[in-house]
Amino acid sequence: MIPAAFDYKRAGSAEEAISLVGEYGEDAKFLAGGHSLLPLMKLRLAQPAVLIDIGRLSDLSYIRDAGDHIAIGALTRHMDIEQSPLLGQHVPLLAHAASHVGDPQVRHRGTIGGSIAHADPASDLPATTLALGATYIVQGPTGTREIPAAEFYLGFLESALAADEIVTEIRVPKMNGAGWNFQKFNRRAQDWAIVGVAAWRRGNESGIGLVNMGSTPILAVSVSAAIASGAAIDDAAKLAATDAEPQADLNASIEYRTHLAQVLVRRALTAAS
Amino acid sequence: MQISVTVNGTTHESDVEPRTLLVHYVRENLGLTGTNIGCDTSSCGACTLHLDGEAVKSCTVLAVQADGQRVDTIESLAIDGVLHPMQQAFMENHGLQCGYCTPGMVMASIGLLNENPNPTEQQVRLGLEGNLCRCTGYHNIVKSVLACAKGAHS
Repeated sequence: MIPAAFDYKRAGSAEEAISLVGEYGEDAKFLAGGHSLLPLMKLRLAQPAVLIDIGRLSDLSYIRDAGDHIAIGALTRHMDIEQSPLLGQHVPLLAHAASHVGDPQVRHRGTIGGSIAHADPASDLPATTLALGATYIVQGPTGTREIPAAEFYLGFLESALAADEIVTEIRVPKMNGAGWNFQKFNRRAQDWAIVGVAAWRRGNESGIGLVNMGSTPILAVSVSAAIASGAAIDDAAKLAATDAEPQADLNASIEYRTHLAQVLVRRALTAAS
Repeated sequence: MQISVTVNGTTHESDVEPRTLLVHYVRENLGLTGTNIGCDTSSCGACTLHLDGEAVKSCTVLAVQADGQRVDTIESLAIDGVLHPMQQAFMENHGLQCGYCTPGMVMASIGLLNENPNPTEQQVRLGLEGNLCRCTGYHNIVKSVLACAKGAHS
């Protein structure tokens, strides 16, 4: 399969990328690692007229200690997140979730910023950063703005990111020793999750992100509210699908997804407690 | 678009359409047909080669993304008819049946040992999760990788 023809522009800086997209408008797409966009283009589900390659903006590939949070450059690859000692120490849930993305070859190319900008509810890192209360920094023609993960995901593959903005940084609060667990249920090792759960807990506080339980990544706030009010894990986990709108597909019915979410949230919270 | 890619040690200057996939570039432009196309959807790993020393699925990389970089394919491994230790290990341990997944398996396995020279069996299985063998010959593939790792350490 070969993508439809397109023009290729390589940006030398974030500013140049934004200026190029201003020039070409809605027919242009940014290319980072390409592991979400290129498969869509090969299937002709996406046919951008222009690809603006931001994959070489190495100044957007970093993982830094920024005090109360870890700052991750948008072009940091999944493999670098998985293997980062800094994230292993301060945000182990994210490092672990990154190790479940695709397979090693995919993790050598795919980037965290690309995954977030793509806003796929079935991807691991959008739901995980949502659970962790991350903030995304995006840059557009008029400057930068911060978008909390909880306000970023608007619909299926749809986000608060404007067509002329790029994600530049992901800020993830340090977990400060919170318990955590990541559950991913799928049929083949490298597949997307049929349902996934990223969870952390510190006493009555918790954050629970659901993968593939609706048209966006889902924050299971009802479960967290139950935990905060002292509910037992078994009871809280029954609320796992309360905030979700799971859909049926070839892999799972709505009922099956709902059941999976309850089981996986229970397992994740038990392990994180 | 004009690109310059160093493939198996030789630098090639080529004019390619931006939509040319890296796997098509090495197979069709350069005639290096050792890299196979399997699923063509970044699932099966048959097209695995090394881009700047790391295993990638070349059906999901554009040739223009490899501009200025180093690509190594299965053809780079044997030197003057002497097999690479990983190829030798696959041969000795019957790590292939029909052979279609083998170039990708070997390149992924070398990438795995570059990053983790002494893996456990579980780490080999996880490390090769991106490569499918439709003969289901995984047992001997894992055995081959472990034998190669052991050889490199003895």
